[in-house]
Amino acid sequence: MAPAIATTLSTRTVRSPAHRATRDPAWARWALTAIALAFLAFFLVLPLLVVFAQAFSKGGAYFLAAVREPDALASIRLTLLTVAIAVPANVIFGVAAAWAIAKFRFSGKSLLTTLIDLPFAVSPVISGLIYVLVFGAQGWFGPWLIEHNIRIIFAVPGIILATTFVTFPFVARELIPLMQSQGTDEEYSAVTLGASGWQTFWRVTLPNIRWGLLYGVILCNARAMGEFGAVSVVSGHIRGETNTMPLHVEILYNEYNIAGAFAVASLLALLALATLVLKSLVEWRQTGSA
Amino acid sequence: MSIEAHGIRKKFGAYTALDGVDLNVPQGKLVALLGPSGSGKTTLLRIIAGLEFPDPGSGRVLFHGEDVTDVPAGKRRVGFVFQHYALFRHMSVFENVAFGLRVRRRRDRPSNASIAERAHRLLELVQLDGLAGRFPSQLSGGERQRVALARALAVEPKVLLLDEPFGALDARVRKDLRRWLRRFHDEIQLTTIFVTHDQEEALEIADEVVIMNKAHVEQVGTPQQVYDKPASPFVYQFLGNVNVMRAPSLAGSARRGGLRPDEPNPDGQIYVRPHDIELTPHDAGGTGLSAIVRHIHAAGPQARLLVEQVQTREHVEVEISRSELTDLNLRVNDLVRLRLRQTHSFDEDYAI
Repeated sequence: MAPAIATTLSTRTVRSPAHRATRDPAWARWALTAIALAFLAFFLVLPLLVVFAQAFSKGGAYFLAAVREPDALASIRLTLLTVAIAVPANVIFGVAAAWAIAKFRFSGKSLLTTLIDLPFAVSPVISGLIYVLVFGAQGWFGPWLIEHNIRIIFAVPGIILATTFVTFPFVARELIPLMQSQGTDEEYSAVTLGASGWQTFWRVTLPNIRWGLLYGVILCNARAMGEFGAVSVVSGHIRGETNTMPLHVEILYNEYNIAGAFAVASLLALLALATLVLKSLVEWRQTGSA
Repeated sequence: MSIEAHGIRKKFGAYTALDGVDLNVPQGKLVALLGPSGSGKTTLLRIIAGLEFPDPGSGRVLFHGEDVTDVPAGKRRVGFVFQHYALFRHMSVFENVAFGLRVRRRRDRPSNASIAERAHRLLELVQLDGLAGRFPSQLSGGERQRVALARALAVEPKVLLLDEPFGALDARVRKDLRRWLRRFHDEIQLTTIFVTHDQEEALEIADEVVIMNKAHVEQVGTPQQVYDKPASPFVYQFLGNVNVMRAPSLAGSARRGGLRPDEPNPDGQIYVRPHDIELTPHDAGGTGLSAIVRHIHAAGPQARLLVEQVQTREHVEVEISRSELTDLNLRVNDLVRLRLRQTHSFDEDYAI
């Protein structure tokens, strides 16, 4: 008797919401959709349009001049350099960490998993400050670094370190659940068939995670290009030297060079849009292959 | 190649998976490791394969008399087939089978042509030659299983280890495939151990059955030995349906009802298989336990009856043929007599 009652109850609870949803009057459905779309337009599409409108507000020639200005070019170069180092570094760390966490048993594993999330949990400003405290002139290694004439804070290495720190979780976070769901049987199979650890990684593990990895790289790249807070603390805002694109935008804006600021900002926005397109392509490919 | 394991102990944290297990598999035999889940059978198989290692200082694994306890899995020459096949999902069937040859060091690696030849020969052996270009996701469960087998055989293993080889298949395919495995084993004569929790499967195809329970080996023997002479109540209950009856209920007239007087420890519990009980009409007189028919289940090759003993009110399951049931012309609440053809009892202090 009891199981029979349970089934009746569960079918009832499953069915009733579906009934109600289809019985909603047309005006309610339209109104809800309209509210959602209006919200999207106001908070997402409009700002994006404003960025491009402002960028070209003084004409195409001004836009080109603002983008080609030496300080702007230097900031673009620095951003690309930072990304070129931070992203590959995080790919290596992320894959190594995910591989260790998903495929092996060891003590301290949950601590490591928590630590990977740390950069997400702390404010980027604090992430920057940590590096100032460690490597700055008054920091732990400050005197030693000054003695050996190594500059980290208010220089390019500091920017790269801070960016790497802030963007660390993206690759690892993307891979850990994927690798955990795939389990270790395929790796064990490879091992019993005589493959070495290296062969197992390159021939079995890596091909299985390639789309997830690419997805993580794209997200990591997007964040690395746009990082402001942590980089702002360690950069020192030296024009043409330690300004990344987001910092350059801020400086121009503070100088009331609105069109110039938005010109550089539009480049960043374009990069972000390209990233989103790439991400959707990967997602589409991922579901297609699965 | 023969396989031996001596005094294997394995703990995962506070959980004991194997507690001093011995195993001896003679050359060329097909042996089943049979037990409920959590009995340690898969852990034992993985230790033999080299995918897990016994706790330090606890025991040894020997292949053909040679100690391989510290030899890594890749060097043991074992073919291992996983329960869920573990095929490389991004490789074609052909590449899956060729994998073990492709990862060899250059000087041991066969040429591409001979790798291809060997892979195709193996796929033929498992009757899948037409599917070489498919991907694992395009195959049925039974086909995947056979690809996994071909892949394991590609490295010319000395022993074959199968972890629940038919566990993930539906009942029909499972039956076909296990007969196929028996014939296949007779053909290639490779020492094979397979893990299963299905007693029917183990009893049907294995030369020898190793029954495991709670990190221990309960009994080793041929299917007939373990079925006819179970060494413990656990084995008795695990290898098929059984009625557990209190011995005092067999006192008096019941004692004459088939229980041999030389049965050890008659005050303990009596184990009787449902098909070892004979039913006779009550009014025909004679000996046996009086019982009342409570339920008749006649759908199937055999009729199953649930009867209640008059004396003790214990319920007993009885299995008789359909024609016997027709002859007896029984209905629910009829009075019958039970005769126990064959019973077992064990020492009282044995804990299941």
